[in-house]
Amino acid sequence: MQYGYTIWILLLPLFSFLILGLAGMKMKHKVAGIIGTCSLGLVTILSYITAFSYFSADRTAEGIYETIVPYNTTWLPLGDLHFDLGILLDPISVVMLIVISTVSLMVHIYSFGYMKGEKGFQRYYAFLSLFTMSMLGLVVATNIFQMYMFWELVGVSSYLLIGFYYPLKPAIAASKKAFIVTRFADMFFLIGILIFGFYTHTFSFDFTVENSVREFAGAGFILPTALVLMFIGGAGKSAMFPLHIWLPDAMEGPTPVSALIHAATMVVAGVYQVARMFPLWINYAPETLTVVVVIGVITAFYAAAVACAQSDIKRVLAFSTISQIAFMMVALGVCTEAVTGHEHPGSVGYMAGMFHLFTHAMFKACLFLGAGCIIHAVHSNEMSMMGGLRKYMPITHITFLISCLAIAGIPPFSGFFSKDEILSACFAYSPIVGWIMTGIAAMTAFYMFRLYYGIFWGTENKEAHAHHTPHEAPLTMTFPLIFLSLVTIGCGFLPFGHFVSADGQAYDIHLDTQIAITSVVIAVCSILLATYIYKGEKQPVADKLFKTFPRLHRAAYKRFYQDEIWQYVTHRIIFRCVSTPIAWFDRHIVDGTFNFLAWSANESSESIRSWQSGDVRRYAIWFICGTVALTLVLLAI
Amino acid sequence: MGSIFVFIILAAVILIAGLLCVTTKRIMRAATYMLFVLFGVAGIYFLLGYTFLGAAQIAVYAGGVTMIYVFAIQLVSKQTLQGLVERIKCSRLISGGLAAFAGLAVVGFVIYKTVLTLNVPEAAPAIEEVSMDKIGEALVGSEKYQYVLPFEFISLFLLACIIGGLVVSRKEED
Amino acid sequence: MIPVECYFALSALLFFIGVFGFVTRRNLIAMLISVELVLNAVDINFAAVNKLLYPQGMEGMFMTLFVIGVAAAESAVAIAIIINVYRKFRSDSVDSITNLKN
Repeated sequence: MQYGYTIWILLLPLFSFLILGLAGMKMKHKVAGIIGTCSLGLVTILSYITAFSYFSADRTAEGIYETIVPYNTTWLPLGDLHFDLGILLDPISVVMLIVISTVSLMVHIYSFGYMKGEKGFQRYYAFLSLFTMSMLGLVVATNIFQMYMFWELVGVSSYLLIGFYYPLKPAIAASKKAFIVTRFADMFFLIGILIFGFYTHTFSFDFTVENSVREFAGAGFILPTALVLMFIGGAGKSAMFPLHIWLPDAMEGPTPVSALIHAATMVVAGVYQVARMFPLWINYAPETLTVVVVIGVITAFYAAAVACAQSDIKRVLAFSTISQIAFMMVALGVCTEAVTGHEHPGSVGYMAGMFHLFTHAMFKACLFLGAGCIIHAVHSNEMSMMGGLRKYMPITHITFLISCLAIAGIPPFSGFFSKDEILSACFAYSPIVGWIMTGIAAMTAFYMFRLYYGIFWGTENKEAHAHHTPHEAPLTMTFPLIFLSLVTIGCGFLPFGHFVSADGQAYDIHLDTQIAITSVVIAVCSILLATYIYKGEKQPVADKLFKTFPRLHRAAYKRFYQDEIWQYVTHRIIFRCVSTPIAWFDRHIVDGTFNFLAWSANESSESIRSWQSGDVRRYAIWFICGTVALTLVLLAI
Repeated sequence: MGSIFVFIILAAVILIAGLLCVTTKRIMRAATYMLFVLFGVAGIYFLLGYTFLGAAQIAVYAGGVTMIYVFAIQLVSKQTLQGLVERIKCSRLISGGLAAFAGLAVVGFVIYKTVLTLNVPEAAPAIEEVSMDKIGEALVGSEKYQYVLPFEFISLFLLACIIGGLVVSRKEED
Repeated sequence: MIPVECYFALSALLFFIGVFGFVTRRNLIAMLISVELVLNAVDINFAAVNKLLYPQGMEGMFMTLFVIGVAAAESAVAIAIIINVYRKFRSDSVDSITNLKN
């Protein structure tokens, strides 16, 4: 069949994982890296070929791209329901294939230089392959259960990679936290899946079939509940408030891992899930999309506020990621109709969300990899150790600047186009939401340029530099930066609406001049503000602000005490009131029953023990008695 | 008529000697009483007309086995001979007595029941001896109802017991 | 003639006197002596049944003969064992051989 090669997109990383995982320790580092990178390279080529042939194929009669299912095998039949494994190609999954494979390939190349000399080099590449396979499997899932399965696999890979430096306690704690929080959210996801499967008798994403989903529409609140539960699962994976607590700590992992997993791919799984279930959302639960919008807006604002006060560059980028993903969620949430076209402004959100996902993956990966180069150069994450690095690292400087401009929304970079589409969707939904999101976009520009000036301008940290001068990163690390920044410059001009839109029809992106100008102006103002405050050698305004609002700064620095609230809830409330009685019950009653059984067996055997007296005469008495009894029995018979 | 008297006397000797044997505190006296019992049993055999059996009983049992016991008592029960008497626990007495009595009751009942249905051969012959040559023939003959096989077996058995006894009671060479 | 029940009764009484002695006595040799009483009771029984109930056969007599032989052999072995036990436990009381006691 035409797309038969797509199975290799999943199998190649799997084999790479198995080979590197099982035999990796016997290989040299370079060999392991080459195996991992080459398999990823092949996967990338295959993804591009798939995308090219998919999008250049003719549209169907309705004008949409046909959903192609090259493979779909029943894995576990359970009466009515059945778990399938397969590959589904439709516009958003193909777009995600491109994103994942490109960023993953860049990370693989980058890691050659970044992880050079590390002890677990082969293990690292094995886990990267595992992650890539899981993420690819997630996006091409044909049914919600397969998506859930790969969802969990992605979580496991994330756990393994965050905890890569496992001798260090913070890394272990961070990996556990990530896994537990996402697992907790996945519980809701699973309940949502089960409700969904139970009531609609299918797990498949095939919503066009006249199946019981249609007939079921009359039953009020079941389907929206299931969707909201699944959304909670997605919110956990995509670090929405209040389940975002794991993402800043996940920065303990190696920086390329942060670039791949926690910026570009895994954290957008929640967004992808909403996009995948979008026909259900639109047709059966349009009001519940407000839940998505509200959570998205709160998260975006929260993350932007906290990012303004962080001093660790990876934490700033992490909160920036949280904020940008919230943008994507809001974009999906404000899309209240499934019909595209200029006369339906409310429908552009779907396309805008996916577009922003695409562009954000590219420039955020570039930012993280650039941060990795900087960390590699100064051997520290803190901004206090940096400053004035533009002299030493020109390539990193330029690519970082390009990506910052993109995320701030300055034309002609890609971020401008995608963010503009989101803003126009928000304004069409409600002006309040539109203005709030614009404000958050301004904050985004502000803290990103605070970060930029803090690293590359400002005072140089002379004592740290006296030990060893920071130098530009090697080619393996700068090549991905250059590539990604070129993509960032170029992909803004992609006619994304041709490929992905809410109802599948081709949609020409057009700029709403009013919104565009507003957003650009606000962005430029924020950048100027940041320049004014942070560019110079000394930062009097910043220090003055710090002195005036010490508590606010400290609260923002401590992420508004979210972690402490969670700790309180779990320790005081759940552990003390729920877990302790249950544990008591288990230890005393359940265990007690079995202990009692064993004790009673012991006691009864102790009491019988005295029969074995070792006394021959007693045995003789019993012998006589037994014989007498037998005789009586025989007599009676 | 006379045989009834003899029987009564012999029975009395046996039973009284037996009782004393099991209840005496001194072990040497128990061996002596056992000797009396054995003599009484030999008398019963003579009464029944089994002269060979009675002779064998006296020779083997009363002579050999009693001697073995006496020697064993001398070897083993030094303290007992010197007057250290054996105390019999009361509970054991009662339990033993009870068991024996119960057994006796049952056996008595069985005898009573059986005897009623017994067909004693009418021709109550006079107690006549069994002649020696008949015994000899039966002992080494191999026809039906003849006992060469048990005879050979017994001889081997005795050999085994003698060797076993020697081995078991050998002194350890240090 | 002496009816056969008398022999049965005598034999039964002697048997259970022997059993009583076995169960009650503590001295090992005394226990063996009681066993001899038991065996003798059985011998009386065999001889009486043979002579009075089945006069034409000789099985009872030979049985008795062999029982006498076996009893003698068994006494010898038992005495050997008791001597060994005496050497180990330095006592002739059955209470000292309680190694199999719980």
